[in-house]
Amino acid sequence: MKNKADIVIIGAGISGCSIAYNLAKRGAKNIVVLEKSFICSGSTGACGAGFRMQWGTEMNCRMSKFSTEFFENANDILEYDGDIELRQSGYLMIADTEKELAQFRKNIEVQHACGIPSRMVSLEEAKEIVPHLNTDILSGAAYCAKDGFLNPHKTTDAFYKAAKRLGVEFYTFTEVTGIKVENGRIAGVETNKGNIETRIVVNAANGWSQGLAKLVGVELPLYSERHQILVTEPVEPMQDPMVMAFNLNLYVQQTPHGSFIMGRSDAGEPRDLRRTSSWHFLEEMAKTIDKVLPAIGKLRVVRQWAGLYNMSPDRQPIYDKVEGVEGFYVACGFSGHGFMFGPVTGTVMAEMILGLEPTIDASRLRLSRFAEGNLFTEPSVV
Amino acid sequence: MDENTIICRCSDVTLKDIRELIAQGYVTYDEIKRLTRIGMGPCQGKTCGQLVLREIANATGQNIADLSFHNIRPPVVGVKLHLIAEEAEKHEE
Ligand SMILES: Cc1cc2nc3c(=O)[nH]c(=O)nc-3n(C[C@H](O)[C@H](O)[C@H](O)COP(=O)(O)OP(=O)(O)OC[C@H]3O[C@@H](n4cnc5c(N)ncnc54)[C@H](O)[C@@H]3O)c2cc1C
Ligand code: FES
Repeated sequence: MKNKADIVIIGAGISGCSIAYNLAKRGAKNIVVLEKSFICSGSTGACGAGFRMQWGTEMNCRMSKFSTEFFENANDILEYDGDIELRQSGYLMIADTEKELAQFRKNIEVQHACGIPSRMVSLEEAKEIVPHLNTDILSGAAYCAKDGFLNPHKTTDAFYKAAKRLGVEFYTFTEVTGIKVENGRIAGVETNKGNIETRIVVNAANGWSQGLAKLVGVELPLYSERHQILVTEPVEPMQDPMVMAFNLNLYVQQTPHGSFIMGRSDAGEPRDLRRTSSWHFLEEMAKTIDKVLPAIGKLRVVRQWAGLYNMSPDRQPIYDKVEGVEGFYVACGFSGHGFMFGPVTGTVMAEMILGLEPTIDASRLRLSRFAEGNLFTEPSVV
Repeated sequence: MDENTIICRCSDVTLKDIRELIAQGYVTYDEIKRLTRIGMGPCQGKTCGQLVLREIANATGQNIADLSFHNIRPPVVGVKLHLIAEEAEKHEE
């Protein structure tokens, strides 16, 4: 392992790999990415693979549009020898209360102002889009045909390989155990495989990021929480879009090879780093799917797993440098939607670190917003 | 063995696919699984898992017994969702 680097990135999920690629693409040299396990072993590898532009705030609409346009061309831009398996088969957002439906209408105005092709759909049309949907319990739906999903392992692999070609070095199974600060400035990192001198550290460790920040005496207002997901046996294609509901609390998609992947949030989750699977989730998930999409209830469960949401007080990420520790950057707190923002994360962080003119104004996502009481409230998060 | 031999029948992955990934430096079962879907089919790797581990062991000179296989997760395999829902509702009554 080399013992000196210009920039050290901690974590090789979608965020770390995208930041590394974006830095190298803009000419930064001598970049090292440290990953305690294998590439994409964290939340990215456990995620639901969905991306959507149906947000309720202008900034999230703009950021998700940027990401979507990137994903549409990612195989070419990243010169990937594989396929990120992008499928723009839509997101159908379903509401079972008038209040939620009214929120959808408001969101769509914001989306239209950003050029996002979403629209309200009647229950009849929702049933045409997803024939097995139980519309009896619904009040309405919104739909965007350009939303969809893509393979998180392949997408991360594409960024990883592109970054490697540009000279970035990745050390896997290398855990950061300490961060050295001298005179208020980052001086290096300590790992289980040796030390690296550096003046810039990027904390892209998601669920583990608040623990890492503590190593330099910084308290990030974040906690981690397990989120679970399950997959069924594969069947013939029967559902194009992701079906998502905030109030009914579910998301479910049929993957390209036929199995259904579904998840929901659990209110009683402990705030820690556990990633085990529970019966409780399985039961609640089964009840929800049986009610909303009964045909899927007939399928057999094949596997269940869990990953971490890194939760911030307003369920929005933090993109910033940390005051008081010169050279320490954070890109974390993605809550439940850091995969789809990967291209934005890399762009924003690389431009911030290199002092370049920002392509996307993400200053609303600064760390100090919490202390200022200036939270960024997005109405449409799971 | 012929390189076109299918190693994972559930996910249609050949020996060649596995060897190419190993040659690119993906030498953990988990990485190979995630990039190829090997071991993710209805049999959950009962057929293909050992074959992949053997390829990794051969390529890296490690002992097959030292290689880690994916986590065996809860015993939900093969149960229909609506039956789980029915059971759960019964317990609540
Ligand atoms: C069940 C579930 C479903 C989800 N569904 C979606 C979805 O549909 N769409 C979406 O956009 N998002 C979704 N998310 C959220 C998304 O997965 C995350 O926000 C995103 O993957 C975060 O990426 P990351 O690279 O920041 O973090 P991670 O992928 O977690 O990467 C962080 C990495 O840091 C490494 N690390 C930690 N500590 C250290 C250390 N000390 N030294 C070295 N390395 C270290 C970890 O091993 C890990 O690989 C979901 C999450 C879960 C759990
Ligand atoms: S043969 Fe590979 S998962 Fe069944």
